[in-house]
Amino acid sequence: MTMHNWRKSGTPWIWLSAGAVSISLIMVIGLLLLIASRGLVHFWPANVTQLAYQTGPDQTVQLIGELKDRETLPMARLLESGTYVHQPEGELGHRQLLKTGNRDHLGLDFRWIVDGNILQQSRPPELMVIERREWGNFYGYLRSVSEGGVLVAEGDASWSALQKALGRSLELFDEIRKIEKKDIGQVNYALEQLRLKQRKLELNDQLTPDALAKIDDSRAEQEAAYQLLMGRLAVLYREIGRDSVTAELMDGTQVEVPLSTMVRVYQPNAMNLPRKIGHYLSKAWEFVSDEPREANTEGGVFPAIFGTVLMVLIMSLMATPLGVVAAIYLHEYATQGWLTRTIRIAVNNLAGVPSIVYGVFGLGFFVYFLGGNLDALFYPERLPAPTFGTPGMMWASLTLALMTLPVVIVSTEEGLSRIPSSIREGSLALGATKAETLWRTVLPMASPAVMTGMILAIARAAGEVAPLMLVGVVKLAPSLAIDGNAPFLHLERKFMHLGFHIYDVGFQSPNVEAARPLVYATALLLVLVILVLNITAITIRNRLREKHRLLET
Amino acid sequence: MTSEPPKKPSTAQSPRLAVNERHWQWRLLKDRLATYCMSLGGISTIFAVVLIFFYLLFVVFPLFLPASIEPLSSYELSDPDESLFLELEEQHKIAMRVTRKGTLDFFTTEEGTLIQAESVPLPEGRRITSFASATPGTGLFALGLDDGSAVVVHHQYRIKYRDRGPGEKPERLTLPVVSYPLGETPIMIDPEAHPITRLAVQTDEESTTLVGGSSTGTISLVNLAQEESFLGGESEISIERATLKAWGHTTEQILIDPQQRLLYLLSENGQIAHYDIRDKTTPALKQTVQGTQPGIRLTAATFLSGGISLVLGGSDGSLSQWFPVRDKHNQYHLSRAREFSPIKGEVTALMPEQNRKGFAVASSEGDISIYHSTANRRLMTHRVSDQPVISGTFGPRADALALLDQNGKLIMLEVENPHPEVSWSALWGKVWYESYEEPDYIWQSSSASNDFEPKLSLTPLTFGTMKAMVYAMLMAIPLALLSAIFTAYFMAPRMRTYVKPVLEIMEALPTVILGFLAGLWLAPFIENKLPGIFAMLVIVPLAVVTASYLWYRLPTKLQRIIPDGWESAVLIPVVALAAWLAMALSQPMEALLFNGNLPLWLTQTMGIAFDQRNSVVVGLAMGFAVIPTIFSIAEDAVFSVPKHLSFGSLALGATRWQTLTRVVLLTASPGIFSALMIGMGRAVGETMIVLMATGNTPVMDMSIFQGMRTLSANIAVEMGEAEVLSTHYRVLFLAGLVLFAFTFVVNTLAELVRQRLRVRYSSL
Repeated sequence: MTMHNWRKSGTPWIWLSAGAVSISLIMVIGLLLLIASRGLVHFWPANVTQLAYQTGPDQTVQLIGELKDRETLPMARLLESGTYVHQPEGELGHRQLLKTGNRDHLGLDFRWIVDGNILQQSRPPELMVIERREWGNFYGYLRSVSEGGVLVAEGDASWSALQKALGRSLELFDEIRKIEKKDIGQVNYALEQLRLKQRKLELNDQLTPDALAKIDDSRAEQEAAYQLLMGRLAVLYREIGRDSVTAELMDGTQVEVPLSTMVRVYQPNAMNLPRKIGHYLSKAWEFVSDEPREANTEGGVFPAIFGTVLMVLIMSLMATPLGVVAAIYLHEYATQGWLTRTIRIAVNNLAGVPSIVYGVFGLGFFVYFLGGNLDALFYPERLPAPTFGTPGMMWASLTLALMTLPVVIVSTEEGLSRIPSSIREGSLALGATKAETLWRTVLPMASPAVMTGMILAIARAAGEVAPLMLVGVVKLAPSLAIDGNAPFLHLERKFMHLGFHIYDVGFQSPNVEAARPLVYATALLLVLVILVLNITAITIRNRLREKHRLLET
Repeated sequence: MTSEPPKKPSTAQSPRLAVNERHWQWRLLKDRLATYCMSLGGISTIFAVVLIFFYLLFVVFPLFLPASIEPLSSYELSDPDESLFLELEEQHKIAMRVTRKGTLDFFTTEEGTLIQAESVPLPEGRRITSFASATPGTGLFALGLDDGSAVVVHHQYRIKYRDRGPGEKPERLTLPVVSYPLGETPIMIDPEAHPITRLAVQTDEESTTLVGGSSTGTISLVNLAQEESFLGGESEISIERATLKAWGHTTEQILIDPQQRLLYLLSENGQIAHYDIRDKTTPALKQTVQGTQPGIRLTAATFLSGGISLVLGGSDGSLSQWFPVRDKHNQYHLSRAREFSPIKGEVTALMPEQNRKGFAVASSEGDISIYHSTANRRLMTHRVSDQPVISGTFGPRADALALLDQNGKLIMLEVENPHPEVSWSALWGKVWYESYEEPDYIWQSSSASNDFEPKLSLTPLTFGTMKAMVYAMLMAIPLALLSAIFTAYFMAPRMRTYVKPVLEIMEALPTVILGFLAGLWLAPFIENKLPGIFAMLVIVPLAVVTASYLWYRLPTKLQRIIPDGWESAVLIPVVALAAWLAMALSQPMEALLFNGNLPLWLTQTMGIAFDQRNSVVVGLAMGFAVIPTIFSIAEDAVFSVPKHLSFGSLALGATRWQTLTRVVLLTASPGIFSALMIGMGRAVGETMIVLMATGNTPVMDMSIFQGMRTLSANIAVEMGEAEVLSTHYRVLFLAGLVLFAFTFVVNTLAELVRQRLRVRYSSL
């Protein structure tokens, strides 16, 4: 009876629909947690394990590495993959992913190890991890430190000797980087400007011997500066190449690791919690402030953050005023009728047009049509190398501005329509002109709506990748769009973007497994930025609604 | 809103009248300025947005334009001797004509001025009785003589720059060079030394094949192969000969394919004999087919570029394309692939383009028509002479045509034909491509090989788009709609204030993150836990229903702990537990039922191909992206159903569920419809998720375990490599336009429905 009543009342259906809400909530929260957990772990100095591992009936090898992942799978699949399993009994097998690093010596960074084959497992505190600028991490035992080929420390003393030598080599590295990136970059930029100047004069038939001599003088000056820098660089390179360490790999071979390739050296098993936290913070800081290394799979994402932020800023500078003007025109000036209704529907629908279509339009219209003509008009001296006739920051921002215009228009119009007409009428009755009413009364009241629109536009633009792939994003931009060379803002340059970084590193990089933690960390960063933006927008919107509810009563 | 500017305030008595007056003027001016600025800004912004559509259209439009021709020049040839052959050089500045006397006349196309004339050194007293050209562009041709022999001639152009003094650009000179690759001595073809009346020649690096038909009807084949002698040094020429058996018809034309593997003999009554000549000593007759309608004369035939297809023209103006097709037994048969729309009058000459599958047709009426074979499209027809056009040739870049009419007048035409390979049928219909067994939908826009013909069918991409959309909607519709119904109608208001923002955040998640998780985390996860995923479909709803029943049977006191409308919160642990259970059961089930490897089992036992990045992954990831869109609109629609309707229903004794299904949902159905439409629009246009979560292979296959390529992902993948303003580029724009139009129509529909709903609510 109760069963029947229960069924008749429709309760199972209500609960099923409640279940749908639960599933959606679990999915959203689970997704966020997944990204957060994977992304945050990336910086933690994980313990390094030494294993005695069986690879055949009587073959045992020593393995050193970080245990990264663990999975259970049917024994059949395990055996199919061709791995040796010591005791292939039971339905299920367990295996762990071991990051052995040392790509230069082993060929591979990762290997799956079967649980049943592990004979012995330990975490010796003196195990050392070296973060390197190439070939990924190094795992092994430190044996000795040499300076210019001369042994300076051996055994227990070598750890502190290494720390000291590493400090020196990092300082040298910073100086080298400064010279290569900044000083030589400046010289190259100046030389390029001189070349363009000469070409321009040539095109205009104004290249007098005088002018040419002047250009040649400045060129000689820059060349001299360049030679000076190169000399300094040679010295620095000699200096940084001086030290090296000898370390023992997991198979017992001794290898030499030059200090010039090292970023960081640590012994995770010997670290206590505060030191691990310190390491974590320093890695996290490196992530947001440094440049990428090793084909984007290590190091930081600063250029991507910079590109994303700058692109979004320029985009909002273009989209917001235009969107607000369009909304004001539609709502305050245009005669309401079928035309405005049609326009409103059209604008609304444009928000639903796939972003890739905007990308296609941006590429065809902005890059090839506008950019190509701009080049021909203003930069003839640079041709055939395109300046604006190629994807770049400017066109990417403009394309996204066009894409987010509908969002701003719709949001602003909504804000305008929420303002009671009594307020406008009051202002007009007091003798204000329409423009004054708009400027002094209506717009300030609508400003939260404008803000919401802008923030929503920013959130959409920050996460959008598909159109950017066509109009300006690259995997590795040689220089940022803002630098010390006049005119300081270089909108024609290509740029890096967090979203594209995720796609590129996750799908186009040669070593996806090694890059994965970094992709998760990048994804987390992007999600955080977008969450903050959206929550701000939602809060502003709610507050705005509250305010107007008060006004209406 | 359209209020007049306020009336000028009365300032009659004011002592500061002048100042006020000026100030007032200033304010009015500002007001007017603001009006103009706003209107201008507003209109131009809206115009800019609308521009997108028109720009896309503007780029796509040239695809469907017909070809056009422009007469360049026309004159009588100075030498009235019969022309055997006409050819143009790359820039179509110089033309070459072979005359019956055996001279090669090189002349300017502009005025017909003779630049150079070369005479082929014929043996004393020999006459030319036939002519054959190898594939156009190779510069090789052969002359058949009346003593049963033939001479092979090669011509090419050398570019030289001549200095014109300081400061001047050097002059570019094009110099014809004539050579005899097989020697100046004619090669004997007909063993009985009868005049060669029909001839064909083909050549490649090592070997040259000549096939000649003598006046007695004998067809003989000669193959000259260059062989490196074993000791190095001089290479030797080895000669193989064969005589073809009679095939019952008079051979009118002979064609050899560029690979020298196939030989076609064509008769005037339309019969085609298809020989296999891979073994040059024993040519084998494979097949004889009728190439024209019975009673219709075959008046012209030629290979298309690539040398696989034959185009045949009949005396009734009919045109058809033929190529060898492989059957089940791996045998090739010459088959009629398509018919073209016929021309007026008799087909007098066929001129293939050198790099595309297009050709021009000359008629006895003096018309010239340009066709493209694969697109099955006639690009234009134009009357060029009042005499029948008897021969002609395309320039190597297909940008010029040189024609000869019966009176010996040469007509030069400039051809503008940038996008012949696109037509409605080529984009959307099944197309029978060369070397394929049957007509099919294929997207294959580029390849490494030069002879490649782009296959630009948008159908597989549209199909992929629809497939991705269907799987995403399969996942999203139940979840989003049920969630919307519960949130709007049953949920406690306080819980609603928490749930809505969470789902709004779900909408804001960048799709690149969803795609990355789908491709790198979900796809391997699903491959490992496939049985669990399917088990979840059963276990989770079961668990929810069971929980509901248990809750119902719980003592009222316990039930009161959690008030009505918080069922979702109760169910979160239940759902999580059920999902975990399904996952935990996955591998034991797999081990028990599917030998421990379901994907392998599917492939081997069921014969279903399994991709790791398949439709399940796309469905889940894109469903996730679409849920919040559908949810928020549908929730809005259900929530804003006037409350008195449901109160009335409840008061009449209906249960809550009855009220929902019979009253609320019916009223809100237009809103729900528009939610589905907008969700669909989003799924259709989504790029990053499909790009990362599928294998991006353009297959037409509804299988849930296979991937797809969508229109949007295709644009993202190929736009970078498409040459600007090429056909490929424009077709990608067309794909963008299709996406634009589709989403625009769907969204407009949804918006109109929604507006109507709003009106209905206000009247209720």
